[in-house]
Amino acid sequence: MMDYQQLIKETALADDRYIVMTAENRAVIRELPPLLGGRFIDTGITEQCMIGTAAGLALRGRIPICHALTTFLILRAYEFIRTDVGIANLPVKLSGFIPGVLSDGNGPTHQALEDISLMRGVPHMEVFAPADHQDMVEMLPHVWSSSAPSYVRLNTRFTDYKHEPFTPGKAEVIGLGTDVTLLVYGFLFEQALIAKQLLEGHGLSVGMINLRTLKPLDETAVLDALNDSTLTVTIEDHFQTGGLYSIVAEVLLRHQRSANVLPIAFNERWFRPALLDEVLSYEQMTGEAICQRTLDHLEKTK
Amino acid sequence: MSLPPHDLDLLHSRALRVREHIINMSTGGGCFIGASLSCADLIVYLYTSFLNISQDSFDADDRDFLLLSKGHDVPALYGTFVELGWMESVRLKNHLHTNDHIYWHPNRHIPGIEFHSGSLGHLPSVGLGIAMDNQLKGLDNRTIVITGDGELDEGSVWEAMLVASAYKLKNYTVVVDRNAFQANIETEELIPLEPLDDKFKAFGCSVRRIDGHDFVQLDEAFSALPFAEDKPSVIICDTVRGKGLPSIERRADRWFVNFSEEEIQGLHRELHGGETTTLTSETLTVR
Repeated sequence: MMDYQQLIKETALADDRYIVMTAENRAVIRELPPLLGGRFIDTGITEQCMIGTAAGLALRGRIPICHALTTFLILRAYEFIRTDVGIANLPVKLSGFIPGVLSDGNGPTHQALEDISLMRGVPHMEVFAPADHQDMVEMLPHVWSSSAPSYVRLNTRFTDYKHEPFTPGKAEVIGLGTDVTLLVYGFLFEQALIAKQLLEGHGLSVGMINLRTLKPLDETAVLDALNDSTLTVTIEDHFQTGGLYSIVAEVLLRHQRSANVLPIAFNERWFRPALLDEVLSYEQMTGEAICQRTLDHLEKTK
Repeated sequence: MSLPPHDLDLLHSRALRVREHIINMSTGGGCFIGASLSCADLIVYLYTSFLNISQDSFDADDRDFLLLSKGHDVPALYGTFVELGWMESVRLKNHLHTNDHIYWHPNRHIPGIEFHSGSLGHLPSVGLGIAMDNQLKGLDNRTIVITGDGELDEGSVWEAMLVASAYKLKNYTVVVDRNAFQANIETEELIPLEPLDDKFKAFGCSVRRIDGHDFVQLDEAFSALPFAEDKPSVIICDTVRGKGLPSIERRADRWFVNFSEEEIQGLHRELHGGETTTLTSETLTVR
């Protein structure tokens, strides 16, 4: 399977509308400059300038893929994304590296825990969060060939899970269950999968959905989960405000429904920085911890 | 090379008519008259004598591009579009009404507007993208970005200058409408910008400074572009805010105005050499 860098390379070499841009975050795309020549543009540590420049390039028919660390890409340049890319509805493709807990030991300056919230608030912007490397590689060709502006919460981590082919606007249904349904996107997919198996070991009927696309949302998949299960658990390495938990609340309100929903997210705080495995343990976001939190909530709301 | 007398006459008469349009837009909700008048001569010069842009060439790859980054001076641009025949003059009466897209900042609903602005410090970067695309295509066409001087407070302007220098974008030119005011504050009293030439030079640009109301100087400077083969160019146009209307020239409190019909009539007479108008409408003072 091609990796992220190979995929960008193949895409850009096949179609000279593609421009690869970065704000000096070259780690996973370091081989591209000599291959793409003038179509690799590194603006240095100038995220605002990079996004404005990307808008200018898109105005001339180019499709810029802007790769940078998520916090700086979307927070430093937020008003440029909203004003230059959003208002003009230009096909600028934002690629956010080390989102959520993937920033592990960097500390809160690097913790993008509001990316879904902010990006889905930009009119026209499409928002994607792959579960792992394979899911991302399946998804990216669709993301980049769309005429819409987009944000992808990059995830280069490998898992053993064999995903279904990506269909735009569709979530991936991992399983259906009547007791609990786990709604998850991005890196915590793997932990949710462990939690699913553990909960099933407790005799529960457990469904699970990999959202894949946060905007536009596969509302049918979310509604089905809410209808079919006693408890829905939203699992995200994101602030509790504005992400999946909020999205589910909006769906419920739109359909005049209420439901038992447990949010697993960061509530009004950043996470404790450390190596990734320790972050997951400390923040109770391992499969085991998600299982236990779900069981505790079921007991409490019985 | 100098402008033939015929061209000078056309520029002067066209700039006068554009100022009439600006005055007409200064009522019924008002507009940013001071900044519009300070760059009116520059904009008229560019569209009349310099830029390779016509209504028929909007889709052409090799035409020139002009981006108005300071945004709130858009009455000068719309007035110029009317004089070029790109826009019917009756549309200016739609200013601030929902039946059209003519409001305080430019937007792409109006043919000829390259990009929306209003949030300062954006179009130096957007223009950079256009210039980079032209450079990639091996084209020699020009990208001109007009900024305000107060706008230069924005760090993103300087990011764009650093990157333009790094990429040696010789056909990328930033033009500063140096009218010495931001809102109703003198720039040098708030965040001093001088020596402005040196700042741009230090960022790797080749710089000229001219009187932005003198068509001969404008023509000499723009005809000399690019100033260097391996650098972006900057033209600092020293201008007078409110230029052409002595009753508001350099008046800090007359940046945004909403005049009465009587004042508008007086200002038209003043523009054509009549007495200075007595202005009684409310002023907008922030400091």
